[in-house]
Amino acid sequence: MNHPRVNFLGLGLLILAVVLTLLGASVGSTGFDNLLRAADDPVALQIVWDIRLPRTLGAWLAGALLGLAGAVAQGLFRNPLADPFLLGSASGASLGVALSLVLFGVSPFATQWLTRLGLTGGAFAGAVLGVLLTLLLAKGVQHTLRLLLAGVIVGVVLGAAKELIMLARPDFLQSMQAFMLGSTGYVGWNACLIMLLAWLVCMAAAWALSPVLDGLALGEATAASLGLPLARLRAALVAVLALATGTAVAQTGLIAFVGLAAPHLVRSVVKTSHGRLIVLSSLMGGALLMAADILARWVLAPLELPVGILTAVLGGSYLLWLMHRRVTAGGML
Amino acid sequence: MNSIAVHADSVRASLGNVEILHGISLSIQAGRWTSIVGPNGAGKSTLLKVLAGLLPHTGTVTLLGQPMASLPGRLRAQRMAWLGQNESSADDLTVFDVAMLGRLPHQPWLAAPSTADHVAVEQALKATQAWDWRARSLGQLSGGERQRVLLARALAVQAQVLLMDEPLANLDPPHQADWLDIVRALVDKGTTVVSVLHEVTMALQADAVVVMAGGQVQHHGPSHHPDTHSAVEQVFDERISIHSVDDQWVVLPRLRMHGSAVATVSFL
Repeated sequence: MNHPRVNFLGLGLLILAVVLTLLGASVGSTGFDNLLRAADDPVALQIVWDIRLPRTLGAWLAGALLGLAGAVAQGLFRNPLADPFLLGSASGASLGVALSLVLFGVSPFATQWLTRLGLTGGAFAGAVLGVLLTLLLAKGVQHTLRLLLAGVIVGVVLGAAKELIMLARPDFLQSMQAFMLGSTGYVGWNACLIMLLAWLVCMAAAWALSPVLDGLALGEATAASLGLPLARLRAALVAVLALATGTAVAQTGLIAFVGLAAPHLVRSVVKTSHGRLIVLSSLMGGALLMAADILARWVLAPLELPVGILTAVLGGSYLLWLMHRRVTAGGML
Repeated sequence: MNSIAVHADSVRASLGNVEILHGISLSIQAGRWTSIVGPNGAGKSTLLKVLAGLLPHTGTVTLLGQPMASLPGRLRAQRMAWLGQNESSADDLTVFDVAMLGRLPHQPWLAAPSTADHVAVEQALKATQAWDWRARSLGQLSGGERQRVLLARALAVQAQVLLMDEPLANLDPPHQADWLDIVRALVDKGTTVVSVLHEVTMALQADAVVVMAGGQVQHHGPSHHPDTHSAVEQVFDERISIHSVDDQWVVLPRLRMHGSAVATVSFL
């Protein structure tokens, strides 16, 4: 079957990403600069190339990872309100970063290759730990209410462990706070490369595993009757979820609601299978975070808002509107 | 061709800590339609899930002569299709995508659907009169329309054995009649159909009836046989009676005596 709306939305989001990249490269602490003029000025060119462009592309990649993770989480847990951050992965990643900070004594926004890799590893391991703990507590993924409750509990417990570490090492408090608020300000080309690699791996894996999500949408028994080895495939999907969330969180800190909102925005335009939903949610997440990042730099320039605060306010409002719309439509959340 | 499509031997199954099936042995004839009937809690759906290989159990189940436990999941899925009840949350999937899921067991991983897949899906959606909605999402359909799409998904598997749990749920009488035509056409082509049905009148349209109560098979016989009718009436506490109308078997409720009905109402 042809999917003209899907293709149209995908193309639109790609064009939006290109336009926003150009806009992001043009916006800095001094406001809007003409890129053509920067080409003649070596200093301006260096600012665009070394600072604005990597952070703009980094915002897209982090958003794309979170959008992808959101679509996978909502399909895997068969719950439209599932968010990669609601299932313990974010608090796990935070704990992982906190432990990395204390053990290796590095800044969360260091630009050295090995340091970033170490932080990504810590965040990834933490994210996996968080999600696995949630699954363990919920005894699987069948009962969504138990799952979300388990996610909240894991979030609180791992969050408390992280707070304990920060209490013991207050010298890292400021670094950790910057991480918790979320920012693309320190994303360099190395971070972009790490996120790009993770995005490619996650996208390929999620696309390959998407028939499982379609099958699961018809129910556990139906999916099993289709001959799908559910246990193994679910574990692979959880790994994708953890890698995507962990990588994004490690590079840009906790950026809220992108993972929740992106799939919903896609669904409000097209109804489609999980494979296409994942791709579109990823493109949507990238565009959302890139736009939010530009806004965060622009609104109070030369001051800069942490982009995580902006996405939390905008995403929170969206979530409230979503709840309101569903309740007034007579539906259940 | 093996004359027994599905065979269960001393099957026991539990839900939680409660044993639901207490050592069931049963042979389902190939190329026939068998209905499973019984009161609520008899274990009908649990038995169907066991026969489909979807529920842990003790004892053995064989599918077309091969032990189910030794069959690779993909092969089992090609040979046996399943239609469950009230399971779908796939509101965002299009009708076509849902039906195409039935072809998953036939498709190599990551391969695009073949021409044969498209033909099978089109046939299945046309058989259930859902072809015209193929571009709509499942969430835009009524309960009955959705049920027809899910039936199309099961038909698209083109399996030798088709198991259905309450397939008539939400279907209006004309579409229930259509469902009967579909099942008859499948059986004529050699497909084995096993269905759990609450509507006993519909169940008696089958070739054979399995009568269950208390997690055990009470009777298994031809649907037109008086012994089968007696067994059905018995498991429903004689609250129904089976009559012949226009060469079809019809189930009517057997009302209590007026006095006891009044007593029940005053108790309520």
